[in-house]
Amino acid sequence: MWWLTAGENVASGTSRDVLGRGLTVLGLAIREQPRIFAVAVSGSVLFGVMVVASAFVVGAVVGDVVVPAVESGSVAKGTLALAAAALLGLSVLRVVGIFGRRLGAGYMQFRLQAAYRRRVTRRYLELPLAWHQRNATGTLLSNANSDVEAAWQPIAPLPFAVGTLVMLVGAVASLFAVDWALALVGLAVFPALFALNVAYSRRMAPRQAQAQRLRAEVSGIAHESFDGALVVKTMGRESQETARFAARAGQLRDALISVGRLRGVFDPMLETLPSLGTLAVLVVGAYRLRQGAIEVSELVSVAFLFTVLAFPVRAIGWVLAELPRSVAGWDRIRRVLDATGEMPYGDVRPDPSGAAPATLTFADVGYRYEAAEAHLPGTEVLGEVSFTVPAGKTVALVGPTGAGKSTVTALAVRLVDPRSGTVSIDGVDVRDLAADVLAGTAALVAQVPFVFDDTVRANVALDRPGVDDEAVWAALRLAEADGFVAALPDGLDTMVGERGTSLSGGQRQRLTLARALAGRPRLLVLDDATSAVDPRVEAAILAGLRSSAGGGPGASILVVAYRRATIALADEVIYLEQGRVVARGTHRTLLATVAGYADLVTAYEQAEVDHDRQRTHDEVTPMTSGLEVDR
Amino acid sequence: MSAKGDPVSVRAVRVDEAPEPAESTWRTLRRGLALSPELRVGLAGTLGLALVYMVGRVAVPVAVQQGIDRGIVDGLNLDALFVVVSVTAAVLVVTTTCGYLMMRRLFTVSETALAGVRVRAFRHVHDLSMLHQQSERRGSLVSRVTSDVDQITQFLQWGGVILLVNLGQLAVTTAVMLAYSWQLTLVVFAAFGPAVLVIRLLQRRLAAAYGVVRQRTGALLAAVGESVVGAPVIRAYGIAGRTARRLDEAIDGQRRAQQKAIRISILGSSVGELAAGLALAGVVVLGVFLGADRTLSIGEITAFLFLVTLFIQPVQIATEVLNEAQNAIAGWRRVLDVLDVAPDVADPGPQGRELPTGPLDIRFAGVRFAYPGGSTVLHDISLEIPAKSRVAVVGETGSGKTTFAKLVTRLMDPTAGAVLLSGLPLTEVRFDSLRSRVVMVPQDGFLFDASVADNVRFARPELTDEQLAAAFAELGLVDWLEGLPAGLATGVGERGEALSVGERQLVALARAYVADPDLLVLDEATSAVDPATEVRLQRTLDAVTRGRTTLAIAHRLSTAQNADEVIVVDRGRVVQRGPHDELIRDPDSVYGLLYASWLEQTR
Repeated sequence: MWWLTAGENVASGTSRDVLGRGLTVLGLAIREQPRIFAVAVSGSVLFGVMVVASAFVVGAVVGDVVVPAVESGSVAKGTLALAAAALLGLSVLRVVGIFGRRLGAGYMQFRLQAAYRRRVTRRYLELPLAWHQRNATGTLLSNANSDVEAAWQPIAPLPFAVGTLVMLVGAVASLFAVDWALALVGLAVFPALFALNVAYSRRMAPRQAQAQRLRAEVSGIAHESFDGALVVKTMGRESQETARFAARAGQLRDALISVGRLRGVFDPMLETLPSLGTLAVLVVGAYRLRQGAIEVSELVSVAFLFTVLAFPVRAIGWVLAELPRSVAGWDRIRRVLDATGEMPYGDVRPDPSGAAPATLTFADVGYRYEAAEAHLPGTEVLGEVSFTVPAGKTVALVGPTGAGKSTVTALAVRLVDPRSGTVSIDGVDVRDLAADVLAGTAALVAQVPFVFDDTVRANVALDRPGVDDEAVWAALRLAEADGFVAALPDGLDTMVGERGTSLSGGQRQRLTLARALAGRPRLLVLDDATSAVDPRVEAAILAGLRSSAGGGPGASILVVAYRRATIALADEVIYLEQGRVVARGTHRTLLATVAGYADLVTAYEQAEVDHDRQRTHDEVTPMTSGLEVDR
Repeated sequence: MSAKGDPVSVRAVRVDEAPEPAESTWRTLRRGLALSPELRVGLAGTLGLALVYMVGRVAVPVAVQQGIDRGIVDGLNLDALFVVVSVTAAVLVVTTTCGYLMMRRLFTVSETALAGVRVRAFRHVHDLSMLHQQSERRGSLVSRVTSDVDQITQFLQWGGVILLVNLGQLAVTTAVMLAYSWQLTLVVFAAFGPAVLVIRLLQRRLAAAYGVVRQRTGALLAAVGESVVGAPVIRAYGIAGRTARRLDEAIDGQRRAQQKAIRISILGSSVGELAAGLALAGVVVLGVFLGADRTLSIGEITAFLFLVTLFIQPVQIATEVLNEAQNAIAGWRRVLDVLDVAPDVADPGPQGRELPTGPLDIRFAGVRFAYPGGSTVLHDISLEIPAKSRVAVVGETGSGKTTFAKLVTRLMDPTAGAVLLSGLPLTEVRFDSLRSRVVMVPQDGFLFDASVADNVRFARPELTDEQLAAAFAELGLVDWLEGLPAGLATGVGERGEALSVGERQLVALARAYVADPDLLVLDEATSAVDPATEVRLQRTLDAVTRGRTTLAIAHRLSTAQNADEVIVVDRGRVVQRGPHDELIRDPDSVYGLLYASWLEQTR
């Protein structure tokens, strides 16, 4: 499989780099959680020392207790009790070591994960919307979830590996203390075991990465195909979709089999190597025994040591195997943590001038979308946009799809900052306003309603001070949402959102409208926020808003609209084309003077004229007139 | 404790472990195996290889015993020692090779079998009714064919190999121990017996703890998703603080659950470790007495000490693998459960009939529809729509108008009554006939992440680019197509997001047009489109619908105006029917009121 070889080449070319960077990431983890790491490593070292010690105790027991007992035929009870106590004591200490190591490693890993999940999601909340728009939702989700997990995955076996290194050094040292010849066997076997582990991890990493990639692709196809299930079903393309999925699933299968074969090669070898070491110890030990250089107990100790050391050495391999994924995950996390472009809020808090509607002013505002790559120029969306929504007035924003209307609404409530010019509310640049002041003053209802996975109450109130149940109901009434909410099984306490009761599009829109109204904003920005609502319901809602704008708390309204009824409610219409204000004035004036505007808002009448002409035509050629056929 | 005590108890753990009342672990395994007969391929051979591989594990303790007793203790006998060592080395070479072959076979068989399960589950999800597809969260359906299957393979490989090898190791070790000394074997079992019981109890708690971890992880993902998708709302309402609190709760909730699980897991392995210490001490004490009696040789006692360590590892590893096994079994059960759901709107298959050729007419005969457990959406609808007519269904939100579209395309079956096309009940029509003759353009004209051309030829992949270009010309969309950066080859992006909503709908219409159906069902939603674009869509639509029976679920009355006939639905009943011009003559009727409101909105 060519891609595996290719992947391997790439991986081995940079594996030194990955190792170095991986160790740097691990170092960082240790610096962040030094104490708990110390606990884990202490536990691991204690465990390692006890493993080596147990080999010597077993050897001593055989040499000093078993052999004399068998040879003399009598039992030295005192020595025997001592040996048993020593074995039990070692076992208890090993347990202490295991506790320290695994608890330490686990807690360290989970704490780091939690800490970085907090940091990453904090950045999500701090970074501007422009940044969010440049990053796919799926990427951001996996940054906070699987990337964080991958970054700290090697932490789990790390203390074990560190303890094992200490143990190996201790084992070799104790081997030399016993006998140089046996130590040489150790010096041959342990590094070989180590090297085998390293070779294993290195070969495994690119195969795992390949499998991971294919897993993501398989999942991607499933996502897309199930998202489009309705189209697949209505066009009867189930078999073709299955074939598409099966092809990729087959590649994944091959990649996983290749992973499995590698395991098949290395796992048995890793197990056999220490056994061969034990056999070598038997042979070399026998010679040394004949030379009188060692005793039987020492021979047994060394043989035992080889048996018990094999497993811990694997821990080093586990750490190495996780490093490439860890580094990749870490890089992706860093990209979020290092991203710049926060939109700090100002600290201007204008005198709370009571319930007066706000004045919104755009002065020479320009905006461009940033390109995905920094060096490319972005797309200009708005240029030199100037207009005012006077206090208590309603202004309609009209323009063809893609004219930049939604961008204007985003700028008005400072979801994004302009490239040039200023947006101000009551004469204060929105960039200077304190966060809570801005949020309390202006409310945006977006085109696509977003509902939190929470209760109806929480969705409307959003824990804002002063929004009690009474205010929630008042807002729901105004948005014509009180009827369906009252009919929900648990009323305000009904869970909505992904896992709760699913609401229709219109109901969601009315809920988000109520959310905006509940905060009693002085400036209300509606981005085509009633589109999913049937015309009659929409008319009722708008009438409610209108009366609210006139009496009650009073709000200025900026509304993106297509519907004539909505436009008719406006005191002024701003007509936008390709990011520029082409005309402004009353609906009547624009209709009379601006061709583009007239085309847009009278499209239906024109269509009807066409249609009537078509129908007249049809009637003279009855062949195509279904109407005639029907009757 | 008996010689086979351990394997039995381990198996018992697997049976008792599943806290879900749904079905036992065994049953899931049996169902799983029944569904993947591939898993049995060469199973005997694989098991044989595994058995040989296990023998390698006890080779060294036996070699130590033989070496000590024959070659060392009774006067050094290097020749005897060499024989022992060479034989053992040869055995190890064979067992290692068998280990490789065993794993190779196991991986190939299990991955192949599970790729099959993956694909079958994928197909099955598509075969489920729309209602069922929607009742599950999309993400959970995706995980049925991804992570759940991954868990099964992990179980079969990690669990399969390790459990098999370790259980085998336990058995072989026990046999060798018994051969040396039944008394010492008893000591070992006495030490491990209580430990296994305790570990079993802990297992149960551990499974519950991991259940909590999974649940908390789900909550965490939901919270992160909300903070990402809801970013504009969070910012606009200045509720970053509230969101941060919710996130922190979810993050810490998951961390606490993980920590609890690991504490239980460590307790389990500690118990195993202590049991090992007890066994070792017990073997030494009794072994020395037996040695003094000359019942056992030095080599045999030494070998026993090695064998005890061989006993500890499998017990510990088996307990850890069992944790994984629980997750895997749960995953397997979830996959099987999906596969077990019989599609409630099923293809009659080969016994089914084909729709008669030519234009199709529609007949609703006493159709009632209610969502399972919900209120009735359509009441006793009986109507006929002649072939080649263009009919619009209108009504307020919630009137039941979209249900018409779903019934005619057999996305759902009526609760009572029947829907007939050209006299043939839909339930008797084969799906391949139905889907090629009846095409629906859904509200959300979903596009695949491919080129415009590939999306349009979705239903008919054999169409050439020239044929597609001709189709676009017939639809009057040449200008639009030429305006695209790469024409037909322009990529539409994920879910078609590189195109505007209106453009996506154009592509969806073209897709339906080239499918050349005899009955076209349009669930139109043009709300996000400006009127000028909508008018353009309307013109395209006129071209698409020409000469076919068309049923349009109209959200805008401009569609109704263009239709030959309008069916007005109100609260699940047909209240009016007739051409637009006729219906508006009664301004107080449902349609009259709808139209007045529409005029008010658009004029």
